[in-house]
Amino acid sequence: MLPALSRVAVCGGTHGNELSGVYLVHERLKRRKKSQVMEPVAVVTVMSNPRAVQRCVRYTETDLNRCFTHAMLSLSASEQTSYELVRSQELNSLLGPKGSAEAMDLICDLHNTTANMGLCLITYSDSDWICLHICKYLQARAQHPRTDVRYIHYDIPRSEAYSLDSVGKHGFAMEIGPQPHGLIRANIFMAMQEAVQLLLDWVRLFNSGAQFEGGSVDVYTLVKNIDYPRDPHTHTIIAAVHPDLQDRDFCLLHPGDPMFLSFSGETLRYKGKEPLYPFFINESAYYEKAVALSLARRRKVEIPAIRSSRM
Amino acid sequence: MELITLPALHRMAVCGGTHGNEMSGVFLVPELERQRKEKGDAIWPIPLTTVLSNPQAIKECKRYVDKDLNRCFTSAILSSPITDSTPYEVRRAQELNTLLGPKQTNDAIDMICDLHNTTANMGLSIICYSHTNWICLHIFKYLQAKITTVPVRLVLLNIPIGDAYSLESVSKYGISLEVGPQPQGVVRADIFNAMKEGVNAVLDWVKNFNSGEVIEGGDVEAFMFKKTVDYPRDPETKTPIAAVHPQLQDRDFCLLKRGDPMFLTFSGETVRYEEEEPLHPVFINEAAYYEKGIAFHLAQKQPWTIPSIQAKKV
Repeated sequence: MLPALSRVAVCGGTHGNELSGVYLVHERLKRRKKSQVMEPVAVVTVMSNPRAVQRCVRYTETDLNRCFTHAMLSLSASEQTSYELVRSQELNSLLGPKGSAEAMDLICDLHNTTANMGLCLITYSDSDWICLHICKYLQARAQHPRTDVRYIHYDIPRSEAYSLDSVGKHGFAMEIGPQPHGLIRANIFMAMQEAVQLLLDWVRLFNSGAQFEGGSVDVYTLVKNIDYPRDPHTHTIIAAVHPDLQDRDFCLLHPGDPMFLSFSGETLRYKGKEPLYPFFINESAYYEKAVALSLARRRKVEIPAIRSSRM
Repeated sequence: MELITLPALHRMAVCGGTHGNEMSGVFLVPELERQRKEKGDAIWPIPLTTVLSNPQAIKECKRYVDKDLNRCFTSAILSSPITDSTPYEVRRAQELNTLLGPKQTNDAIDMICDLHNTTANMGLSIICYSHTNWICLHIFKYLQAKITTVPVRLVLLNIPIGDAYSLESVSKYGISLEVGPQPQGVVRADIFNAMKEGVNAVLDWVKNFNSGEVIEGGDVEAFMFKKTVDYPRDPETKTPIAAVHPQLQDRDFCLLKRGDPMFLTFSGETVRYEEEEPLHPVFINEAAYYEKGIAFHLAQKQPWTIPSIQAKKV
């Protein structure tokens, strides 16, 4: 038995050039204006970084989706040295405060990636039954178009969790790719639109007292990030993700498998000891964060049946 | 078949990073320099200058800083006076014109090969200004026969050279190599390799041409740009209200006929192509063209017969 989710937020444009979320939020706000539809769940729709959206850039001064640690949310006005730091505190007032009883019950933050990841729910917990059940529900129903749905877990304590979704009592980033930044692909938009609709359907059903059967969900837990090979003097990249690895997110990478192909034609191989699952392979925004790909361990997590405690 | 003699090519340039976030060129130019350091100038058939066209945009990994550099090479902009408020790219265009031009003079470099990427599914597209630019059309014919890893196509702009606005128009025989699909800011190994293959094939062709052998003419097919189509937009906010339709997305160079789907609105309606004349869409969903009001170009497919050519030994 878990408390009902009475307040849900759908956020887009946290990165201003990840356009599926930007246009989805646009559409929701437009429809809200036209018809005062009473939704069975109170959904707050938010354009997280309007200035970045207006300029169609990821961020204007600093990455908004790294500004939600407890430390950053407690910076004084004089310490808020960027637009995004100011904005993160505004969003924390609107949707939080993080860690308090007033925070949104559930935040779904919409993102796109240039990596071939299908649809992923990315969150900080591997035992949040709400998030895990939502994943299971989406996996069974995301059909138009047919979309692979996976659950990614970053093992970071809540106070150090840096992204917008960590402000809610439950939250996840809904990440869909591949889509280049700064453009919108119809099939990706439709997949996100359907997933958000399914999410709200689930919340409505959950709140109405429906019981969701237990089962198991594959959880991918981040183990480490791998940077591009770089020139030791200039630090510029000297290789690209190998063609045998490119687009093969969630295909097991074994020690000795090709990872990079240098611009002069040499293959560089995975030197780790443990086979791991790669994801965020060749995400353009991660070049500056020194991440060519992330590697995860996969395990099955058993989830109990759940039902809301309010009928 | 008609045989035309043309001067041998003496100097050429390969330029990358004309748009700072089109990464194949940004990385291929330093790789060419590395090859030069390792093996010497003799690896190339003629003296080759490599250029990173827009260093500031490359540093910031953006298309441009103030203004699209690849629209700054008209004769008018190249001769405009420089003031304190002159955009960075206009200054840079004039520097490049001094380095590689001056445009439309005898001192201009013989060939510029300018490297670009697109988010559109265009394979390797060779873009040039004129259907009488026999050198460029022959290069296309050669690349189309030699390169099998990606489809190779010819796009003709047919703009008089004075009005031609892009970097390669500074040279006597300029071409753009446009390879996609690749997101901006990303380097994909397969796309990089296609670009590398393209540049190597151009250099091979230059070697063959300069050797004095007769390069056989024949028929080529070109896509001539006719017009552009914008996204349907909200009349007040001007933001797009539709995306390229899934049945058109990624189908660059196919034939678009009346009644075919073009756009899918965010509320689920299909917008169809209503014109009588079937045309070929190119640059479908190029991220950089949203701000230029272009969802795709429409082109007419045109066959051309090109004469045999031979380098005149001086």
